[in-house]
Amino acid sequence: MKIHEYQGKELFDRMGIPTAKGKVCRSVSEVLSAYEELGLERAVVKAQVLTGGRGKAGGIKIGNNRAEIEAAAKAILGMEIKGLIVDRVMVAEAVEIAAEFYFSFAVDRNAKSVVMILSREGGVEIEEVAAKTPEKIHKIPIFPFVGIPDFLAKKAAAMLFDEWSLVNQGYKMIQNLYKLMVATDASLVEVNPLVVTKDGRLIALDAKLNFDDNALFRQPEIESLYEPDEEEKRELEAKSNGFSFVHLGGEIGCMVNGAGLAMATMDLIKLYGGKPANFLDIGGSSNPRKVIEAMKLLLSDKEVKVVLINIFGGITRCDDVARGLISAFNEIKTEIPIVIRLTGTNEKEGREMLKGTPFHSAETMGEAIKRAVELV
Amino acid sequence: MSILIDKNSKILVQGITGRDGGFHASKMKEYGTRIVGGTSPGKGGALHDGIPVFNTMTLAVKETAADTSIIFVPAAFVKDAIMEAAESGIKLIIVITEGVPTLDYIAARHYAVAMGARIIGPNCPGLISPGKSLVGIMPGNIFTPGRTGVISRSGTLTYEVVYNLTRAGIGQSTAVGIGGDPVAGLYYIDLLQMFQGDPDTDSIVMIGEIGGDAEERAAAFIKDHVTKPVFSFIAGQTAPADKRMGHAGAIISSGTGSAREKIAALEAAGVTVVDEPAKIPAKIKALV
Repeated sequence: MKIHEYQGKELFDRMGIPTAKGKVCRSVSEVLSAYEELGLERAVVKAQVLTGGRGKAGGIKIGNNRAEIEAAAKAILGMEIKGLIVDRVMVAEAVEIAAEFYFSFAVDRNAKSVVMILSREGGVEIEEVAAKTPEKIHKIPIFPFVGIPDFLAKKAAAMLFDEWSLVNQGYKMIQNLYKLMVATDASLVEVNPLVVTKDGRLIALDAKLNFDDNALFRQPEIESLYEPDEEEKRELEAKSNGFSFVHLGGEIGCMVNGAGLAMATMDLIKLYGGKPANFLDIGGSSNPRKVIEAMKLLLSDKEVKVVLINIFGGITRCDDVARGLISAFNEIKTEIPIVIRLTGTNEKEGREMLKGTPFHSAETMGEAIKRAVELV
Repeated sequence: MSILIDKNSKILVQGITGRDGGFHASKMKEYGTRIVGGTSPGKGGALHDGIPVFNTMTLAVKETAADTSIIFVPAAFVKDAIMEAAESGIKLIIVITEGVPTLDYIAARHYAVAMGARIIGPNCPGLISPGKSLVGIMPGNIFTPGRTGVISRSGTLTYEVVYNLTRAGIGQSTAVGIGGDPVAGLYYIDLLQMFQGDPDTDSIVMIGEIGGDAEERAAAFIKDHVTKPVFSFIAGQTAPADKRMGHAGAIISSGTGSAREKIAALEAAGVTVVDEPAKIPAKIKALV
């Protein structure tokens, strides 16, 4: 889960991590009163959208006076960045930057740890730095039961700064950023750029945080910040039924048990010349209630011309699955052709039960998918 | 032989009085796995399907001399359960539970490693050495003893592949579901190394999916250290970027983790990569 920069900044402020003074606004008049209230002269107006590349899209503008700030706010509020409409901006002090750095804490799959990542190459995309000049990026794995002792925080800060006064400011910031990560179950806390101002202050000029979805159950405050877009709302609705759903835009709706098999089903549809409408994992079991809810979800997509049900019956036997499908389709009336492929325990019995029903029953995954593609 | 578990492995079920824990404890026992006990705090002294229930892991290990445990407790309690198992002397911990907070898992894993224990999972179907021991939620009847090792990030896709193998007369030495989370326990390289060293494994099937670069790392390892033939299928070739495909770890982010890169790396390492899971048995028969 992602949050806006201004929300990240609020979390930073609370942890005592220095940020540029600023305020979130939803209209031009709010921007102007914030500009005055904060006593700003040179200031920056930043679009608040849940995507990267704001600067390149023209979503960040600097103004030297009230008129320029007003013009910037008018230009940015309402603009579209990667399909998202900007409904909020942050107006903030435009600090005089002497140097820019990169700093983050991230969950690292390979180290199986949280890793501190730092570089003197700040303000640019870190992936680019990593690809072109990997030697300029430092990574330090963190022991979870130790955290960041003073020496380690100072060692890290000294990798960024030559002046000891900056190391002294920086190491506390590093420790506080880690505390924030643990306290909020973040999977990423990124400051890019971390800047040194011309008057010698260290400031987090951006605040990017991602959170672990698995931990939201114990982070009610973070969860309350979630702003799903239209696609994510459908995904969330599916999740409340115990499904994992992703809309893809094709014509063959898929219902599969298990994420890996669901991905493989999509891939094979493409391989056989069709277009999958979605990824849908209905989970381990396949009781009638679940099938009904999943069908409703698939049929709500008007692009769907064929439905493909691919179930591996393991612990749940195929004859039980077939019984469930038949009873589910007593409740759902649809003209859309349905291809069912059951495999696993008692598959013959399961397929036998589907004979004489309107379903197209197939034996192998390849056969089922070929049939579905033909029926589009 | 097999890897990690065999007919002598003694298993404890953590969370044996829960719905899933209880159901699968009975299923595993029925398969022939030596389920020697289970834990459920406050319910010590009871029996589940003839299996003794203990209050703590320490007591359970003392009474049964178990070496392996399987965890079914709810996600919020997994961190504690892993540490309890490791502290009690268990050497292999299998975590079935889905939805474990990442920072919990990272901490528990550090603790387990310090105690000398290994972990498989979380969010995995467990593992099986067919005909010897099943420690997980896999349907035992689709497996058959044999000489092909299987490693997979997925559940039902593994069953699909194994089912095809079994029907083609290709049995399995051990099949391991390493789980769908971004941070997990034993992973491709650990298991490739074990299968390479197992005299009863002739070939290896590796089922991967989008997200992270573990398949690429495995490819580099195979190139230098694995002489047995490796066969692979990578799921998620049609997955869009920045969308989580069911598994917490199955996501293409910041331009990395796509299926194309993984397939290219594996092919460059001499791995036979198929575009349909059903094609694996014929490829194995042709090469082994």
